[in-house]
Amino acid sequence: MSQKESLRGLTRRDLLKRASAAGASFVVGTGFLAAPDAAWAYEAEHLDAETFATLVQMARDIYPHDQVADEYYVIAVKGYDSADAAAGITAGIAALNAAAQGKGFDSYLATGWERDRVDILRGMEDSAFFQQVRGGLVTGLYNQKAVWPIFGYEGESFSQGGYIDRGFNDINWL
Amino acid sequence: MAAPFDLNDDSVVVIIGTGAGGGVLANELAQKGISVVALEAGGRHLPDDFINDEWESFGQLAWLDPRTTSGDWRVAKDFSGLPAWIVKSVGGTTQHWAGASLRFQDHEWKAKTTYGDVQGANLLDWPIDPREMDDYYTKAEDKLGVTRTGNRPGLPGSNNYLVFEKGAKALGYEEVHTGRMAIQTRDDGDRIPCQQTGFCFQGCKWGAKWSAGYVDIPEGEATGNLEVRPQSHVARILHNEAGKVMGVEYYDANGTLQMQKARIVCVAGNSFESPRLLLNSASAMFPDGLANSSGQVGRNYMRHMTGSVYGVFDKPVKMWRGTTMAGIIQDEARHDPSRGFVGGYELETLSLGLPFMAAFLDPGGWGREFTSALDHYENMAGMWIVGEDMPQETNRVTLNHDVTDQYGLPVANVHFDDHPNDIAMRNHAYKQGQAVYEAVGATRTFPTPPYPSTHNLGTNRMSENPRDGVVNNWGQTHDIANLFISDGSQFTTGAAENPTLTIVALAIRQADHIAQEMSAQNI
Repeated sequence: MSQKESLRGLTRRDLLKRASAAGASFVVGTGFLAAPDAAWAYEAEHLDAETFATLVQMARDIYPHDQVADEYYVIAVKGYDSADAAAGITAGIAALNAAAQGKGFDSYLATGWERDRVDILRGMEDSAFFQQVRGGLVTGLYNQKAVWPIFGYEGESFSQGGYIDRGFNDINWL
Repeated sequence: MAAPFDLNDDSVVVIIGTGAGGGVLANELAQKGISVVALEAGGRHLPDDFINDEWESFGQLAWLDPRTTSGDWRVAKDFSGLPAWIVKSVGGTTQHWAGASLRFQDHEWKAKTTYGDVQGANLLDWPIDPREMDDYYTKAEDKLGVTRTGNRPGLPGSNNYLVFEKGAKALGYEEVHTGRMAIQTRDDGDRIPCQQTGFCFQGCKWGAKWSAGYVDIPEGEATGNLEVRPQSHVARILHNEAGKVMGVEYYDANGTLQMQKARIVCVAGNSFESPRLLLNSASAMFPDGLANSSGQVGRNYMRHMTGSVYGVFDKPVKMWRGTTMAGIIQDEARHDPSRGFVGGYELETLSLGLPFMAAFLDPGGWGREFTSALDHYENMAGMWIVGEDMPQETNRVTLNHDVTDQYGLPVANVHFDDHPNDIAMRNHAYKQGQAVYEAVGATRTFPTPPYPSTHNLGTNRMSENPRDGVVNNWGQTHDIANLFISDGSQFTTGAAENPTLTIVALAIRQADHIAQEMSAQNI
């Protein structure tokens, strides 16, 4: 992804060393978030990296697609890593962690089972913060052209002459 | 005198809006040699400009000026600022429409007589004899090039249609075909035939689908009798001391307030903007708004009983490929109260791309119940339900004085509550639609709630008696002889059919009447 080059000086090995935190699906470093295999990384500018990582996990728990890699969820929420949005997101994630702690977990990210995290989210689904994140994901995640092929969606077809000669009626199992 | 016309030319007919009603009326009058100024709030978008991308196209074409909502309909919760998915462009919503072109059934012109008294419903018969519409429907079908009419062949069936057809036939439905569509199928006219591209809702880039924006408007302009002023938002209709309208005030493309004089004004801004304009034109002589002596302006808002059904199968369908709405089951369109409701409904194929499916499948939904449906997007088939909803006086467009648009004008608030008849019909349609897909082996089906409305009707309705509605059988307001309503807001009742063909037929008919009355010096 485009943020890859921003990991100035960090080697793949450095990243892997930091992948220690409880087998997380991504590495949270000082000011950045990366895939354990260093396939992608995102450097948070306005959000604390832990906060951003929690936001990414929350995004996946709201719209979980196991075949969609983390990097697309990162892209979907990185708009909140801005001067305008950071304070509200930080407060929202703090509330999310408080809710997790209220259920006996150390934090939202440290809550191991999806069903427990979803339970925490259900408890706050009417909040403005939850609705902001959920509503933003509808376009932030599903309107990424790179995500479409994962679902089989083919996008625009005019430039290819439509489907008149490309299978508009090719169904073969009826 | 040829276009362009002077602001002080008081011989012109001013038409507000250029969609199925206004765009057709403008062309029809221009063809008769009548001078027309058409004021359109949107810009010009031609087939080359259209975008095969749902959200980008939405940003390009949709009417996004502020509106507010209230009532028990789910749209008021999930899309509170977007009661309708309609278009702001030269050509209006005919840029976006799917092309389904169905005539009313005879009994639907006489809903009150046919259905009797329905509690809570403000039913009324249209003051039009169905036989009077036959020739106008034929003219409209010829203008639009409707398939399966006038010896025009039907469209071929897409994957989504083939699934739908097989399920329908398994249930014993008989009136099942690829629809009567305003889409070219043959290479024998000015327009390119359908290339099965999908994206019918985003504007047809081939121009295969009829739109007033690139068919009627250029035809009218070619006569020299029609001047279209895009990006011209009408703020107020003006009248003289005799109570006749004499012009309109509008904001031009630069945001400057202009005044165009007129001999006749025809309002065709859709069922939200048309009543809003009449109400915003209130004066000392007409304190409740123009043409509102009945108090019916803005009332009886109808949006069709709609909903969708999606089915997931164990194998791919790829429903987005091909014409979006070329598929129909008409067996349920009849009036048969034994089903537990009056009126009927059509089932029509529909597909949404992945981005819109995520937004509309279950608005507000999340978690695996939701995402596991989208995981099988490629294996989905879809249909839309469109049926007659009951006019209710309390379903209405009013002015919201707390919210103003970019010109400082109060916006329309759209209030809608479902009638029990609407709910009973929707539940029946959900069950039948789900059964269609289950008959073909669907592993899961979704009764999806109505989207922001595309069929907006009834807020300036036609009535025999001036007490019951806003306009007479010609769309002429009961109160002001040189003020006409020319869009779907004049619908007395909604019928089960997609409304565009009827709006077009009424516009052709109204043009004949206006020309006759002008030459007789009656208006």
